[in-house]
Amino acid sequence: MNPTRMKQIGFGLATVVLIAAIGASCAGSQQAGSTDDAASKVYVPPGQHDEFYAFMSGGFSGNLTVHGLPSGRLLKTVPVFSQFPENGYGYTEETRAMLMTSHGFIPWDDAHHPELSQTDGVPDGRWIFINGNNTPRVARIDLSTFETEEIVEIPNSAGNHGSPFITQNTEYLVASTRFSVPVPQRDMSIDEYKGNFKGMLTFIKADTPGEMDIAFQILVPGYNYDLAHAGKGPSHGWMFFTSYNTEEAHTLLEVNASQNDKDFVAAVNWKRAEQCIADGKARQMEAEYYHNHLNEARIAVSEVKRSVTVLEPADCEGLVYFLPTPKSPHGVDVDPSGEYIVAGGKLATVIPVHSFSKMLQAIEDEKFEKVVDGIPVLQYDAVIAGEVENAGLGPLHTEFDGKGYAYTTAFISSEIVKWELGTWQVVDRIPVYYSVGHLMIPGGDSRKPWGKYLVALNKITKDRYLPTGPELAHAAQLIDISGDKMKLLLDFPTMGEPHYAQGIHADLIKPRQVQFYQLQDNKHPYAVKSEAETRVERDGNTVHVYMSTIRTHFSPDNIEGIQVGDEVYFHVTNLEQDWDVPHGFAVIGANNAELLIMPGETRTLKWVPRRAGVFPFYCTDFCSALHQEMQGYIRVSPRGANVPLAYSTGQ
Amino acid sequence: MTTRSRILLAVAALSLVLMYVFPIWTISLDAPQYPEGIGMYIEINTITGHKPNDLNNINGLNHYIGMKRIVPESIPELKLMPWLIGGLVVFGLAAALSGKRWMLYTWTVAFLVLAIAGLVDFYLWGYDYGHNLDPTAAIKVPGMAYQPPVIGTKKLLNFTAHSWPALGGWIAFLSLGLGVILSYAEWRRAKRSNHTVAA
Ligand SMILES: [Cu+2]
Repeated sequence: MNPTRMKQIGFGLATVVLIAAIGASCAGSQQAGSTDDAASKVYVPPGQHDEFYAFMSGGFSGNLTVHGLPSGRLLKTVPVFSQFPENGYGYTEETRAMLMTSHGFIPWDDAHHPELSQTDGVPDGRWIFINGNNTPRVARIDLSTFETEEIVEIPNSAGNHGSPFITQNTEYLVASTRFSVPVPQRDMSIDEYKGNFKGMLTFIKADTPGEMDIAFQILVPGYNYDLAHAGKGPSHGWMFFTSYNTEEAHTLLEVNASQNDKDFVAAVNWKRAEQCIADGKARQMEAEYYHNHLNEARIAVSEVKRSVTVLEPADCEGLVYFLPTPKSPHGVDVDPSGEYIVAGGKLATVIPVHSFSKMLQAIEDEKFEKVVDGIPVLQYDAVIAGEVENAGLGPLHTEFDGKGYAYTTAFISSEIVKWELGTWQVVDRIPVYYSVGHLMIPGGDSRKPWGKYLVALNKITKDRYLPTGPELAHAAQLIDISGDKMKLLLDFPTMGEPHYAQGIHADLIKPRQVQFYQLQDNKHPYAVKSEAETRVERDGNTVHVYMSTIRTHFSPDNIEGIQVGDEVYFHVTNLEQDWDVPHGFAVIGANNAELLIMPGETRTLKWVPRRAGVFPFYCTDFCSALHQEMQGYIRVSPRGANVPLAYSTGQ
Repeated sequence: MTTRSRILLAVAALSLVLMYVFPIWTISLDAPQYPEGIGMYIEINTITGHKPNDLNNINGLNHYIGMKRIVPESIPELKLMPWLIGGLVVFGLAAALSGKRWMLYTWTVAFLVLAIAGLVDFYLWGYDYGHNLDPTAAIKVPGMAYQPPVIGTKKLLNFTAHSWPALGGWIAFLSLGLGVILSYAEWRRAKRSNHTVAA
């Protein structure tokens, strides 16, 4: 590396550090925050409901959290990619298969981008999807139950960051690989990265519950693919992906992937892909991946798939175009009209905005700079609609208010910048605390944003809350965007790293709620429909306990004839048919978790007693005045003892 | 009977058919834990919940205080009621057709007796459920009985019970009221015409 270059980088880093320091010190003195007026704007009186649901990715917790807006209250944690001892998700026999992958059982992940299902480009409140970034996966959560229903693994992908962005009628979700890797995977020298490692853009069919699957994959040059957003309205049928490391470096990327003045936004015409596949231009490629979903008994089952449909741009003319975009673009966001494609270049000084109609014209006029692996690179000047100047340092993500304004986060300068579409003029800016990544306006990436609130999702919280040791909660900040000037209303802590979020008006979710599962519809093979059906059956060393719960007892509550080393399966059915009456089940020495069983549902806990004795089990979820009495005993005898199998309640 | 009386009597008798469709009585229970409400309907031949599982849930709650389960199939009155109401419809129509005054009186009196007997029976059932509690019940409050009101509102521990006629019941009351008014009017008319004859 030449010394001038070194100096530039050194200077750049120093600037970043200096700016960060200024940001932090200013905040202390300014004491920016809520005023009395702001307090009344976020106050939701007892017994009243928030206006919006906010779904926040749990980041490295692998969960999804649900908050109310404007109060910021945490309403629920939905486990998705992580085992969750609170309710046994990922531990029970019914949910373990949800975490199966081609790499085996993976009980954790790094969840980044929640994405609401859409109809006509507007969130419809049916489902929310979220990605597993580490072991590439995409999950569907049903918003009538707030439970993870389905997970599909993404083959040929490594680092599922740019995912799962959705098309305007939930036709497809995408998953772009962050890390390019050998495709198919093989043992090879990392030095031979250039030209040999490949990227994969994956389109997942998403519109039918239980049938999520890889529709097709597009093999692209070995860059790092970062984020995506679907076209809408006139640009419906296209998907836009950002890429960086067009240098195809494989070591010290902070330097080696920051050399090119421009990287690319990849514009993919997925309708064209469908056509090419129909015309037989794709090939089948061997690839093992898992599809896990709940069957009609609400038990997760895994299906192993063996091949995927792969398209190469060179074989399908008009499939992919590259739009040059300054300096390592991160976010790519499409405005509500579908015309503007905003790319946040994390090292860029301006925000470039591409025009969809100019892009189509440039394609028609063949204004190509060059062609890379069969992909034409369009001329920057031919596609650019405008550049937003002075939009903060490190612009990352943009959302829209539906009133002609865009809001962009600036990571390095810790601020949100409001600018006008068309004039590209900055009209307002507000500091945030600190280091903001994504932002969320309910519906702000859709055709019809509810442009009332904006949530800043910050990476660093220093001094905003009571300190809790070296690790501090990440911060969300609620900003009022209903007027000309942005106004900070509220800080609230979040779970994990709330990487991105989605928001939707509560009226679209509330009417869908399931209050309990119909007992008569319970198709679990070990369900009991009444206490009369409860029993214990031995099959060799395996014991099945068909147990029921109801306020406030188990049936049976005394079990004898179990032996050390037996595999005991407690199949517990909650007979309640009333809202908000789950029961818990916990047994001493359980190596896995407890159960939390919803009314009308059956869940199974496996328990292997290691020593003889009489052991209690009890209900963990406070269910009524006699909750504490909701308990029972299981007698464990030495292996080979002649204590007969017996069970009873109420003798 | 005047033609008008006969038509009105026919309407009163026929309207009772609606009792087969709409519940007669409703008991609803308010408690802090049931913001969405819970309750039951007494119908002509059964007892149902306001919502599909309400009856089951009420039985579940009642077991804490040792109250018997409400099992509609085991209540003989519910088997009898469709026949009694059916009889009223048929007899009322017959009375309207024949135009005989004594039949109108008989219909009204029989209906009145049935209505009173029904309410008394309802009271007795309530008394039995509210007082004959399982001595091993988990919750025992000295001196406490859980008899619901026949009509009106009453506080029972954490629950407030409301007991009121439902649509079918209101129709029955209106029908009965019409019978009483018609009987009185016909009686007045008869008396007046007797007078006229005597004079
Ligand atoms: Cu319980």
